[in-house]
Parts: sequence; C-alpha cells; structure tokens
Amino acid sequence: MSRPPRPETKLVPVPSKNMIPERDIDKDPILEAQHLGIDFGGLTAVDDFNMAIGRTEIAGLIGPNGAGKTTVFNLLTKVYQPTRGTVLLDGVDTHNMNTVQVNRAGIARTFQNIRLFSNLSVEDNVKIGLHNQVGCGMWQSIFRLPGYWKSEKLAHDRAMELLSIFDMQGLADAKAGSLPYGAQRRLEIVRALATNPSLLLLDEPAAGMNPSETSELMDNIVKIRDTFQIAILLIEHDMNLVMGICEGICVLNFGQVIAKGTPQEIQNNPEVIKAYLGTGRSE
Amino acid sequence: MKKLSPGRKRLVNNSITYGIVIAAFIVMQVCNAGGLLSPSIQGQLVPICAYVVMAIALNLVVGISGELSLGHAGFMSVGAFSGVVAAMSLQSVIPSDVIRLAIAMVVGAAMAGVAGVIVGVPVLRLRGDYLAIVTLAFGEIIRNIFNVLYVGVDEKGLHFSLQNEAALHLSENGKAILKGPMGFTSNAKLASFTAGFILILIALTVTLNLVHSRSGRAIMALRDNRIAAESVGIGATKYKLMAFVTSAVMAGAAGVLYAMNYSSMAPKKFDFNTSILILVFVVLGGIGNIRGSIIAAAFLTVLPELLRSFDLDQYRMLVYAIVLILVMIATNNPVIRGFFAQVKSRITGADREEQKGGAAQ
Amino acid sequence: MSFLNNLITGISLGSVYAIIALGYTMVYGIAKMLNFAHGDIIMVGAYVIFFATGSFGLNPIVGILLAVVVCTVLGVVIEGLAYKPLRQASSLAVLITAIGVSYFLQNAALLLWGADPKVFTSVIPEGSLPIEGVNITYVSLVTVLVCIIIMLALTWFTSKTKLGKAMRACSENKDAARLMGINVNRTISMTFAIGSALAAIASALLFSSYKNLIPTSGSLPGIKAFTAAVFGGIGSIPGAMLGGILLGIIETFAKVINTNISDAVVFAVLIIVLLVKPAGLLGKTIREKV
Repeated sequence: MSRPPRPETKLVPVPSKNMIPERDIDKDPILEAQHLGIDFGGLTAVDDFNMAIGRTEIAGLIGPNGAGKTTVFNLLTKVYQPTRGTVLLDGVDTHNMNTVQVNRAGIARTFQNIRLFSNLSVEDNVKIGLHNQVGCGMWQSIFRLPGYWKSEKLAHDRAMELLSIFDMQGLADAKAGSLPYGAQRRLEIVRALATNPSLLLLDEPAAGMNPSETSELMDNIVKIRDTFQIAILLIEHDMNLVMGICEGICVLNFGQVIAKGTPQEIQNNPEVIKAYLGTGRSE
Repeated sequence: MKKLSPGRKRLVNNSITYGIVIAAFIVMQVCNAGGLLSPSIQGQLVPICAYVVMAIALNLVVGISGELSLGHAGFMSVGAFSGVVAAMSLQSVIPSDVIRLAIAMVVGAAMAGVAGVIVGVPVLRLRGDYLAIVTLAFGEIIRNIFNVLYVGVDEKGLHFSLQNEAALHLSENGKAILKGPMGFTSNAKLASFTAGFILILIALTVTLNLVHSRSGRAIMALRDNRIAAESVGIGATKYKLMAFVTSAVMAGAAGVLYAMNYSSMAPKKFDFNTSILILVFVVLGGIGNIRGSIIAAAFLTVLPELLRSFDLDQYRMLVYAIVLILVMIATNNPVIRGFFAQVKSRITGADREEQKGGAAQ
Repeated sequence: MSFLNNLITGISLGSVYAIIALGYTMVYGIAKMLNFAHGDIIMVGAYVIFFATGSFGLNPIVGILLAVVVCTVLGVVIEGLAYKPLRQASSLAVLITAIGVSYFLQNAALLLWGADPKVFTSVIPEGSLPIEGVNITYVSLVTVLVCIIIMLALTWFTSKTKLGKAMRACSENKDAARLMGINVNRTISMTFAIGSALAAIASALLFSSYKNLIPTSGSLPGIKAFTAAVFGGIGSIPGAMLGGILLGIIETFAKVINTNISDAVVFAVLIIVLLVKPAGLLGKTIREKV
C-alpha cells in the first residue's frame, strides 16, 4: 500500500477555470476498470467493461434504461462482487475489498433511489459521512471525555462547511426524510463528499430536478471537482448536463461498452444514435 | 412557540427523562417511609427497576440498532446466575453486602457481555426475522444449559458439573450454589430499591451517551439504511455488535439485581415469555424511545398487581392480553392514528412536527 | 433396532411439526408475519377434541371435524379482528399483537378449562403394526400418512386451483395481485383458515402421542414448529415439510442422549443451518435492489 495520503479536504472559494491544473486523463488514471463483468444466474448484466478515469476528470456513463449503468456502480463499490475482471483504484487492486473498504480506499457514491438516513437530521447524515474522518471511541462517548466534545465540535464544523457547498446550512436541523426531493439528492452528494473520496460516483444526480435546479447542479458539480480536486463519474439521462460538463463519456448498451470519447465524438457516433433511437427495423 | 435547536431539544428531553426517574424514586421512597405502599407493591420495587433496565437494554438493540431480539432473558439469566455464584462464593470473604452486590453486578454484567459476544458474532450476520428466531434459539439454549448446570464452592474454589450435585465432589464445608433445574436456593437477598435506582441511572446514562455520539450515529445509520451506511465506510459488524454487547451487559446487570431480590430462583424464570414481556415494554413504550420504555416497564410491572387489588385476580392476565392487543391496534392502525393526531392537534392548537423514530429521547 | 425405532418416532413427531409448520409458513409467505398465536390454536383444537370425545362421547372423527371447524373460525376471526387493522403497520407491531393474541388464548383457556392437566385420549387406536422387531405404532403410521396426504393436497392446491394461485400471487406482490383483480384480504383470510384447520388436525395427532393437555401445551410445539419452518426456509411449503421432519428426527435422537438438553440441540442445529444457509434449507435468498 504505497498510496500517498490524500490531501486534507479544504473548502476554498471556487477557482476560475484557468486555475485548474493540466489534466492527465490517460497518463495516470485514478480508476481503471479492466474487463469487468457480472452474471446474475445465467444472465450477463455487464460484460467486458473497460474504462479509465483521470484524477480530476468529470466522466459520464450513459446508455438506455437497463443498459447496466447502475450495475457498474455496484461493481465499482463492491455492492456486487464482479464475476470477472479487475478494478484498480489508484493502482491498487480492489479485488478483496468490500463496500466499506472501497469507501475507505477513496470511492464514494450516491444512489439512484435515494438512500438517506431519513429518520436522522441533515447534520447527522453528514456527520455519519464523516465517520472515518473524525474519530471518537465508544468509551470517550459513554463517559463524555474531552475527546468526545472535541470531536463533536470538529464534526459539526466540518458538516456545516460541507453543507455550505449547496447552501444547505439552514437545513441542518431538518429531518433528512422531510426534505424536498432535490435537496435530498444534494444531501446525498454532501454525505458522499464527507467521506473524503478521490472518486465520486453520482447516480442520476439530476433526476427529478427542474431545468434551473439542473443548471445549478451542473455548476456545483464542476465546483466540487475544482475545489476538492477529485474525479467524478456520473450516470445521467439529462443530455444537456452530460454534454455540458463531462470531459469523457462512456456509452453502455446491453451491458457492453458501445462507444467512448469526448462529448462531440459521442454525439456523432452512429452506434450511439442507433442504441438510443433504434435501428428502424423490428428485431 | 420558539423553535429549539436539536441540541437544545435533546438536552431538554434527556433532562426530562432523568427527572422522571429521579422524581419517581423520591416519591416511592417517601411513600414507602410513610407506609403508603402495600406489601405487594413494595415487593415489586426491585423487579420494576430490573425490568426498567432490561427495557432500556432491549431498546438499544430493537429501537436504536433495529434488530429484533427474542432472547434477552437469556442474557438476564447469565447475569443473574453468575452474579449469584459470585455473591454466594464471596459471602465469607467479603462481609459488606454493598460491596458484594457491586461485585456480583460487575461479574454478572461481564459474563453476560461475554455471552453477548458469543451470541452476537454469528447472529448479527443474519437479517430480519431470521435474526429474531436465532436470538430466540440462543435464549432457549442458555436456559437449557442452566437447567443442567451445577455449580458449587468449597475452600478449593468453584466446582462445575453438567450431571448432578454429587458430581461436584465438594468437600464437607462446600455448598452447592446452582442446582440444575432448581436454580439457586438459600441466596442472601442483597438487592435494594436504591441499588436498582442507581443501576437505572447508569444504564440510562450509558445508553443516552452512546446514542448521541459518533458510534450511536453509526448504529442508527446501519438501522436506517445498511447499504448507504456501508457506502460511507461504516462496518456493520462492529457497530451492530457494539449495540448488542452493550445491551447484553446491561441485561446481565439487571439480571443480578433481579436475582438478588429473591432467595431462590429457577432457570425456568428466564424463558421465552420473559423475553417477550420485555419486548412488550419496548414496543408499547415506543420503539427507540428510551423514556417510553422506562414508563412502560414500570407501569406494566405494576399493572397486574393493581388488577389484583381490584378483585380481578383471575382475569388479570386476560385483561392484560386484551389491553396489549387494543393498544397495538390503536397505535398502529393508520385510521385510528390519524384520528388521535387530529384530536391532539385540536387540543394543542398547533401543527407540531410529528416525532417518530430518530434519536432516543 | 432401537435406531430404527427412534427414527420412526422422529419421523412421526416431525410429521406433526411439519403440519404445524405449514400453518406458520403459509401465513408468513402471504402476510409476512410471525403468527405466534398459531401454537395456541393447536391447544384450543385439542381441548375441543378432548371435550367432544370425552365429555360428549362423540366419535373421534366427528371430534376432529368439530375441532377443524372451531379452529378455522377462530383463525379467521383472530385475523379479522387483530391482524387485519394492522396490514400497513410494522412487522414488529403485528408480532406483538400476535403475542397478545397468544396470551389471550392461553388465559381464556385457563379460565374456561382450568390449569390442571387433562389426559387426552388418543383418537387413533393404541397398538402397533405386527412387525417383528420394529415398533411402528398406529399413531405414528397415521401421523405420517396424514402428513403425506396434506403435503400432496397443498401442493396440488397452490399450483392448480384459482385460490391457490391467488395465494402465490399475493405472497409475491400484493399490489400487483390487487391490480389483477385478486381480493387480497379474502385471500389472506383463507390462508389463515387453511393454516388453522391444519392446526386442528395437528392437535389430534400431537396429543394422541403426548397426552397431557394444559392451556400452555401449544406454545412449545408451536415454537418448535416455527423453528422447523425457518429451518426449511420460511415461506416454502416443501421447506416446512423437510424442516419439520428433520427437526423431529433430531429432537428424538437428542432425547436418547440427554432429555434435558434435547431442545438445546434442536435450536443449536437451527443456528448452524441458518449460518450456513441464511434463508433456510429450501428458502430463496432475495437480493436487495440497489
């Protein structure tokens, strides 16, 4: 494990575009999936999935419904163990890791069907995301030793800082389950960021949002990448969002990668058009 | 009304809980000194404390950790019998009753904690109803083991046997403490209402402090959404086990308190029905609501005694069953609940936020 | 030959567990609830048979039929009064209600019939098959036969009849079943009816071998049969059969070794099975959708 420690998360004002360091997308990827595949019973859900994501890249994973996009997320985060293939995170094989270890190694995610801790407050949700960042033992807590108060203060400050990305400090006391849909999606992103990831997986972040919310979200995704200097892989059906902010796009159909490239390349790819619009003849 | 911050609200809530416990203790002490308590209620004071601690302990597992345990009487019995063994074998060495009771409690709690680890490691790999049935199975196994366990003490130390009293091979001065299906007899009653009150305060503090901490949040996160909790790097086994073992430790201490109130007790006392009785306290008091389970435990322990004084003795368990069913229906049927909520909002005149689940109060 | 005799006793006891377990498993499959009062319905059935054949001198067959009717009605009434209002409630609330019903039945029986044990007269003639060296009592023989018949009948019922198919549909997806025009409430009631009728039959067989009848007599066989259902994979009809019979055999052999710990052995085996196969022997593991 020779991985260098990830830098401390610090919130700084949004840097302008020209402050972003030069990208090294193919030279030193943060994530490399090689020949990844999984079978459910006899059904091959994903097969021979190859993809590399640069350290500060915003990448998109698109494809028609049922193409296997969320399954890819589940494979990367080890919710499902892959049947075949390798996932290298920063050069480290995640073969023997489970979901918890993969998160600690640096992958955080959101869920298509929102999975918040809905009975707990917004602040507690973020604090739970900070679990491995701000430590405090059981005995410290039970006896309310000074370490407890210190860590609670730290967790509170960090949680507020993270919530400020989406201007959600005011909602800190609300019950997570009572938030409007869009706010729940944003909270999931904040919670994932709290785990200090080097790769953030967003599963349909704009689902259920209106156009103005979506465009705000686009700005925020870019802002997150710029401030945290992390890679982001997102699944999204909103093509304005995908084509607007993704630097690399991977198209999946029936569990297979059918195209990879820049937004321009994808938009003009005949295979992709066929997958989305059909071939015109009945099958 | 001014809206309180959650931190402040929690403080107020916790203070109310502690206040209720302390006030109840003082009131009962005064009534007792004034001779206002009937002997049957007097006899119930220590068991009430034991059941309150059991309810707090079980609520930690069922309410906070979200796992249904149907075998908590097992941990209670481990505490009870190991505590009695400790107290009786130290009788000649330590004359002070208070110290012996304290040692018995520590021993009982520790042994129950060990049992909690042994049971918890395999059990917590299962989910939902399967977990429940396996805890039931463990509870029955523990009871079966005590049914065949013989323990005696003499100057050479403790002797164990799984056959009979003779197989203990005690010396002339030795005495048998646990006698299989008979349990213990001739125990010196060391428990007192004050000891029970202190134990409740300890259990309450441990639970509330644990719940409102990083570990407690991890436990509740796993309850609310296990997959999401794992996705933010929270290991399920560690925190499920933490809640389960802490609960077992408290149950063990409650078992010691309970056993120390009687001179004899058989393992049969801690069967499946006892586990269920405690679960009833937790569910009626409100799952995850620590204050509620304290009140429910105290009230439901006294209720059969009260019914006894109303000359309803033979009907009391029937009434108890009917009350249980009616309360469950009234609190869980959406139509009836909606009706109550309406009545409540009309009385209070405000649309207060409904408190449900979430952190303990 | 004692091995063979024990095996026969075990299969016979297991067949009773299997019949009771069917009641648990069918109700769980469709209503997703642990019906803790099921064991007490067995007790009620046994009292009905006891009084019908003992006090009124009725023919045992009539007694059993009467018990079937009483238990079926009781099962449906309990479902309608106590469980139906809680269809949307958490499973824990329903579980506690079921426990309340169980207490109610036990205490009602205590008031009506007293605490002193009633000695049940076997509804099946005493005696054994005239085979040299092997002791097969008529009770065992009938028990196993009845169990096989019930198993075959239920398999036919759930796969071929309209109501049986409706039950399977409801256990799979209640909303979809409702949209297909299935009366879900009625289907659940029918499931309780069938389970309770089976409990009545089980009571006749159980107390023909284990004669002492008190108001709490149903609870331990109930818990064990429930264990059997989980053992085989709760929700699965062949699983309940397999689990019941295996449990009966294990219990019988454990009793040969040490009577006091036979229950502990039964439960220990259950734990081991669940750790190896978390959904029971024939249960299906459901993958949670992420």
